[in-house]
Amino acid sequence: MSEPKRERPWIMRTYAGHSTARASNELYRTNLGKGQTGLSVAFDLPTQTGYDSDHPLARGEVGKVGVPVSHLGDMRTLFDGLPLERMNTSMTINATAPWLLALYVALAEERGENVAELRGTTQNDLVKEYLSRGTYVFAPEPSLKLTTDVVAYTVEKVPHWNPTNVCSYHLQEAGATPVQELAYALSTAIALLDSARARVPADIFPEVVGRISFFVNAGIRFVEELCKMRAFTVLWERICKERYGVTDEKLTRFRYGVQVNSLGLTEPQPENNIVRIVLEMLAVTLSKDARARAVQLPAWNEALGLPRPWDQQWSLRAQQILAFETDLLEHEDLFTGSVVVEREVKALADAAWAEVEEIERRGGVIRAVESGYLKQRLVESNAARLARIERGEQVVVGVNRFVESEPSPLVENLDEAILTVDPAVEAEQIAALNAWRKQRDASRVEAALRGLKDAASKGENVMPASIAAAHAGVTTGEWAAALREVFGEYRAPTGVAGASMPSATSDATRVQALRDTLTGLEARFGRRPKLLVGKPGLDGHSNGAEQIAIKARDVGFDVVYEGIRVTPEQLVASALEEGVHLIGLSILSGSHLVLALDVLDRLRAAGLDVPVVVGGIIPDADAKRLLAAGVARVYTPKDFELSRIMEDLVALVAERDAA
Amino acid sequence: MRPEPTIDPRELARGVRARDKASIARALNLVEDRRPSARATVGALLGALREETRRDDAPRGARVGLTGPPGVGKSSLAAALARQLRRDGRSVGIVAIDPSSVKSGGALLGDRARMGFDPTDNSLFVRSLATGGEAGGLSWSTPAAVHVLGAAYDVVLVETTGVGQTETDVRHVADTVVLVIQPGSGDVLQFLKAGVMEIPDVLAVNKADHEELARRALADLRGALHSLSVVGASRELPLVATSASTGRGVEELVAAIDAHHAELASRLAEHRADGERAWTTHLFVRLHGEHGVTTLGGRAALLDAVRDELAKDGASAPTACAALSARFLSTMQA
Ligand code: B12
Ligand SMILES: Nc1nc2c(ncn2[C@@H]2O[C@H](COP(=O)(O)OP(=O)(O)O)[C@@H](O)[C@H]2O)c(=O)[nH]1
Ligand SMILES: [Mg+2]
Repeated sequence: MSEPKRERPWIMRTYAGHSTARASNELYRTNLGKGQTGLSVAFDLPTQTGYDSDHPLARGEVGKVGVPVSHLGDMRTLFDGLPLERMNTSMTINATAPWLLALYVALAEERGENVAELRGTTQNDLVKEYLSRGTYVFAPEPSLKLTTDVVAYTVEKVPHWNPTNVCSYHLQEAGATPVQELAYALSTAIALLDSARARVPADIFPEVVGRISFFVNAGIRFVEELCKMRAFTVLWERICKERYGVTDEKLTRFRYGVQVNSLGLTEPQPENNIVRIVLEMLAVTLSKDARARAVQLPAWNEALGLPRPWDQQWSLRAQQILAFETDLLEHEDLFTGSVVVEREVKALADAAWAEVEEIERRGGVIRAVESGYLKQRLVESNAARLARIERGEQVVVGVNRFVESEPSPLVENLDEAILTVDPAVEAEQIAALNAWRKQRDASRVEAALRGLKDAASKGENVMPASIAAAHAGVTTGEWAAALREVFGEYRAPTGVAGASMPSATSDATRVQALRDTLTGLEARFGRRPKLLVGKPGLDGHSNGAEQIAIKARDVGFDVVYEGIRVTPEQLVASALEEGVHLIGLSILSGSHLVLALDVLDRLRAAGLDVPVVVGGIIPDADAKRLLAAGVARVYTPKDFELSRIMEDLVALVAERDAA
Repeated sequence: MRPEPTIDPRELARGVRARDKASIARALNLVEDRRPSARATVGALLGALREETRRDDAPRGARVGLTGPPGVGKSSLAAALARQLRRDGRSVGIVAIDPSSVKSGGALLGDRARMGFDPTDNSLFVRSLATGGEAGGLSWSTPAAVHVLGAAYDVVLVETTGVGQTETDVRHVADTVVLVIQPGSGDVLQFLKAGVMEIPDVLAVNKADHEELARRALADLRGALHSLSVVGASRELPLVATSASTGRGVEELVAAIDAHHAELASRLAEHRADGERAWTTHLFVRLHGEHGVTTLGGRAALLDAVRDELAKDGASAPTACAALSARFLSTMQA
């Protein structure tokens, strides 16, 4: 046996942030105290979409799923007592990435720290925002330009920074197959590097190639996922060498961080999730040749709501046990020479390469986003996945097999098994924001915003102007509003219109019965029952709404779906103008009470008597409140049988009519 | 069944005319109603609308059809046009049509997703309709829906499904037909040249923000349009490069539409009457088939009868069709 010389373990992170900068700062300090080696900042949705906490669209969202950062003052508090030079900070930030990086840099400058020494990552990949994550603001073209601004700025000024993290993680969470994950992410990296090549001096371009890192997913089929990671390394090297002529091995290495799959984590028997999480972690750690640089794990209660510190600790401990108790890090690559692994890697790489070429034929990834091609493919893959689960072809323990269970002590008190954010933080944050606005120099702010707009409209790099704006006390909402003025606002394709359903097999009779009923209802009403599927608020979780929409069409509803980020006011206007028979809201961000009740109020005010159902991550206690307030039905992830949901909806329409 | 609220067509027409959104929505629900029991009310509503409109001296309802292959940006362009028209102080109604699934009968009405309008704007109204198995890129109720929105708003935009190469029906509901294409779609041009596709009144090359492609496409088109005049276009076809994303060319497109409408003014009444007759005939043939046509004495006789019926006071396509149906049925019994 070789001398047990241990490899250094990967960076262990926990994706965290909530309520306020102060509360999140405390959380980060405790996490670092527990042996976590990097920070991973979760921002709230207003910050991610470029709104200040007092914007109407921010209502109910402030401090919910992440920390609100509205200005330099918030950044100061967030990193209070944490020396930036010594942190490795990953920020899950995209449309507003140039701005959050500007705030981070401004803070370092203000503290007299060396900006060139900053280490960390801005996610800064907009392609997957259109395809899955939903926090885009601008159209693909200007977004790519802003992404490239950050790249061009950091290569020169913050050389250890990862300016962009090309993400395939979110694609799998939106249903992508391993081949799609590989192909779409690599095509995104190609678009980015093509754009950067035109912007940076030729002699530093190889460095840019070397700075591109990835953020990937690892699902439960962990052998295939392990092979996927190896396929990534093979294809990336090929792209670096053949497309960009970069051969230095240090620069062509596929560097990646991971968050393992959450889409497959279940609401029923949630304790099983910890096992899934551990298995998924193996895919990205077992191969030394394709091992993750950084790993963050979801928690066992993922499908219930936000994790508490203890839940996150449990996942962190899983990483630590693998890294420090087992002998994994003592060995060479375990799979070199494995016939099976090599065969699988080749198969995945070949299929993915064919898809990369297909995207190239369609004019590249930006065009394929705009045309809706990529989104539609994801919606279809996700539909196929759900259909397999519904038919029992894909086993999910505790959901469609082995469903009997002893009462779980972990969820004895379900409503306390998650983190809840005090609704009072919103008012607190807004008060602080107003105080901030009052104490700054208004003319400096104005000048900084003019400078920013100027740079943006002239096509210059927005980073210097953004850093100046950060020092001047500009807010997140002001920064984004200035750029919205220049670039406009974008609505991405929803992918649903053209998406075809997997050909039904075992539930064909159920579907046919639904179709017959709806045709009967059409005859009775004189027109076909019409369903409005709505996503109110800033929530970008579109999977559920998309799958409900295409399934509803498949059973015979006329379905109106307007995509994400629609206000309750807009939804009610749509319901009226479209003459719908039923409204279905999908809300996963945790803002269901505020938003659904707002929709109900406005419907009443408009004199519309249309039943409303709500689906998403909705704790039991809240479901009761919604039902009491007049919501007709509430659905959560445990309702995985789409056909059954459809039967309900059809019955609801029929019953209303009969009443 | 819950009792249906009784509808007073005259009152509803007044509500539509006053741009009361609830009334407009109710009127649209009514004209979509395919039950035989609804026909008389629909007819009465359309008649009442016509009268309301006649009484008013400010004519409303310029009708603009947007057609072109799926994905070229018809919905986005409709939204951009609507914004421009609103800036000009004109009110806008939009009918957006999407195909129904042959298998399920259901439809995904996704055009609204491209629009994102201010929900408090009372002078803007969007209705999505499914084809419900109708061929030709429109739905059964499109003509009636256009009448309703036309009575309320200054401009009505009709977005067709864009499937099928012969979208001739849009000609019957629209005063001005805009064909939207995108750079690199040479086949559209081929169809035009080959006469497969009807010659539009205005041609919009959208996605002109893809600069290089758009420049080439425009050059190609100019050349090809030249040869089109040989095929029989009586006038030069206005060609506008637009970008629904950046708003480029949208003002020009509005101007081109307005220019066509102005040019049509002297023939507008006749053009619309043609459309009304085509619609009535379509309704009749749909109900009684070729057998109905023969019974009433053939195509020419049917057309005459349609003309006569429509000339009557308060008549509309549904009432005219109902009268002809009655005649057909009595002929059958005799
Ligand atoms: C997939 C996923 C994502 C994907 C979303 C991809 C997409 N385009 O949808 C990605 C990776 C992008 C993502 C991102 C984020 N996520 Co997320 N995500 C999930 C996850 C794992 C699964 C959700 C899902 O898609 N399920 C599959 C679909 C089909 O199921 P479903 O939506 O639940 O729908 C079913 C029922 O609920 C019901 N239903 C739902 N809607 C409707 C509507 C109608 C009309 C009807 C009849 C029925 C119905 O029927 C469906 C069929 O069974 C959940 C946790 C979980 N396991 O549930 C977290 C979760 C929803 N995410 C969460 C968070 C915090 C985020 C982020 C905000 C994190 C951050 N700070 O940045 C981001 C930002 C997203 C944004 N822009 O809003 C939290 C929300 C916390 C809360 N509610 O308090 C959760 C609960 C995870 C957690 N425990 O922290 N996420
Ligand atoms: N770049 C660009 N994209 C556009 C433009 N107009 C529409 N699109 C995009 O093209 C796709 C299809 O647009 P849509 O309006 O739905 O087309 P429709 O099917 O003809 O109604 C969407 O992704 C739009 O964002 C444009 O002018 N420029
Ligand atoms: Mg459309």
